[in-house]
Amino acid sequence: MDFDLMLRVYPFFIEAAGITILLSVLTAFLGLACGALGAAARLSRFAVARFVGAAYVSVFRGTPALIQLFILYFGGPQIGIQLDAFQAGVIGLGINAGAYMTETIRGAIISIDKGQKEAARTLGLSRWQAMHKIILPQAARLMVRPLGVNLNMLIKATALVAAISVVELTYTAQRYIGSTYKPFEMFLLAGILYMIIIYVTGRAVAWLDRRVQIN
Amino acid sequence: MTDHSNFVQVRHAQKSFGTLEVLKDISLTVERGQIVAIIGPSGSGKSTLLRAINDLDPLTRGEVWLDGVQVNKSLPFRQYEKHINEMRQKIGMVFQHFNLFPHMTARENVTMAPKMLKGLSNQQADALANEQLDKVGMLERIDYYPSQLSGGQKQRVAIARALAMEPKLMLFDEATSALDPELVDEVNQVMKKLAEEHMTMIIVTHEMDFAASVCDRVLFMDQGVVVEEGPPEVVFKNPEKDRTRAFLRKHLEGAK
Repeated sequence: MDFDLMLRVYPFFIEAAGITILLSVLTAFLGLACGALGAAARLSRFAVARFVGAAYVSVFRGTPALIQLFILYFGGPQIGIQLDAFQAGVIGLGINAGAYMTETIRGAIISIDKGQKEAARTLGLSRWQAMHKIILPQAARLMVRPLGVNLNMLIKATALVAAISVVELTYTAQRYIGSTYKPFEMFLLAGILYMIIIYVTGRAVAWLDRRVQIN
Repeated sequence: MTDHSNFVQVRHAQKSFGTLEVLKDISLTVERGQIVAIIGPSGSGKSTLLRAINDLDPLTRGEVWLDGVQVNKSLPFRQYEKHINEMRQKIGMVFQHFNLFPHMTARENVTMAPKMLKGLSNQQADALANEQLDKVGMLERIDYYPSQLSGGQKQRVAIARALAMEPKLMLFDEATSALDPELVDEVNQVMKKLAEEHMTMIIVTHEMDFAASVCDRVLFMDQGVVVEEGPPEVVFKNPEKDRTRAFLRKHLEGAK
C-alpha cells in the first residue's frame, strides 16, 4: 500500500469531503421539507392529498435513486429542465430522501396514543392546535433516531452523484485513480472520510436524541 | 337557556359501527347540578353514549343538547369544527387512562388550554393552576411531569385540567378503572367534592358503592339500550328488571 501517495493527495480529498458535506446538508434540509409535506399529505383528511402522498412515496422508494438522478440530469433538458450537476444532485437526492422521511415522520405521528388527541380535542383545541401543541412535540422526540437513520442513508447516497459528474468525494477518488492507477488507496481514503462523516453525524443524532427525551 | 330540567338532553341516540348497532334509540335527560351514573356490562354502549355527548364518537342518528344548544348540529365542516370546539370547552372529560400530556408538567397540563383558548396571561394561568391543583390536592406536585406521578395523582391532575376550562358539565369515563385499588379513593374524594359543589356530572363507572353514594340517578345499560333507570336506592336495592338483578348479582360476586 502506498501511504506516501495517500498523504500527498489527502488534502484534495478533504476538500472534496467538504462538497460531500455541503451536498448532504442541503439534501437533508430539502428531504426534511419534502418529508414534512409528504407526511402532511398522507395524513390529510382529503383523499386526493392522501393519494398524492402515497404515490410520491411509492414512486421514489420504488425506483433506484440513480435512475431518478439520471432522469433529472440527463433527461431534464428534453422537457425543459436545465440544471447543473450540483443542483440536479441536491434536488434529486432531496426528493428521494423526502420519500423515506415522509414515512418516518408519518410513523412517529401515528404512533402517538389516540388518547392524546382526544384529550386535546375534548378541551376545545382545534385539529391544528392539537397537532401543533400536543401531537407534534411528542412525535418529534420519536422521530430523532429514525430520521438519523435516514440521514445516514442520505449521506452515503451522495456518492451516487459522482455518476452525473459532481466533484464530490467519490468522483474525486475516481479522478485520482485515473492519474495514479491506485484504486485501492484512493477508494480506501474516500471510504475513511465517509466513515468519519457518518460517525460524527451518528454521535450528534444520539446526543440530540438524549437531549429531547422527556426526563 | 337556564332551563334546569333539560340541562343535558340526549334524544333518540342511535349509533352503529358498520352493521353493529351499539346504541339503540337512547334518550336521557340530566338536570343542572344532577349526577347521573351509567352502569352496565362491558360492551353495553355506556362509554359510547358518554363519548357521543361531546361528539368524540358522533351519533349515527339523534341529538345531544347542552343548556339549550345542540352539540351535534349539522353544519358545514369548518363551521362545525368551530362550533364543536366551543361546545367542548363547556364539557369537561376525564378518561380511564388519564391521557395527560407527558411532555408537560401538571401546571402546564392545566394551563395549556385556558392560555391557548381563553388568552390567559401567565399570571392568570399560574393563579388558575394553583387554584385547580389545590382543589384536587396536587398543589405540591405542580411542577412534576406525569411520569413522576402515581395513577391516582395523574387522574387528579386530569380532573384539574378539565375543571380549568370551567365546564358546565363533566363526563367521567371509568375514571377509576385503571387505578390500583388503594388509589381509587383519592379520586373518588375529588369527585365527591365536585358533587358537593353541584357540578353536573355523568359518570360511567364500575364502582357500585361510589355510584350509590353520590348519584341522584342510575342508568343500567345493556346491549345498547337503557334497561332500567331510577334513584340509586331503587336500582341497586330493588331493581325491577331481571337483567339488572343478574348484572348486580354477578358484580357483587366479582367484588368478593
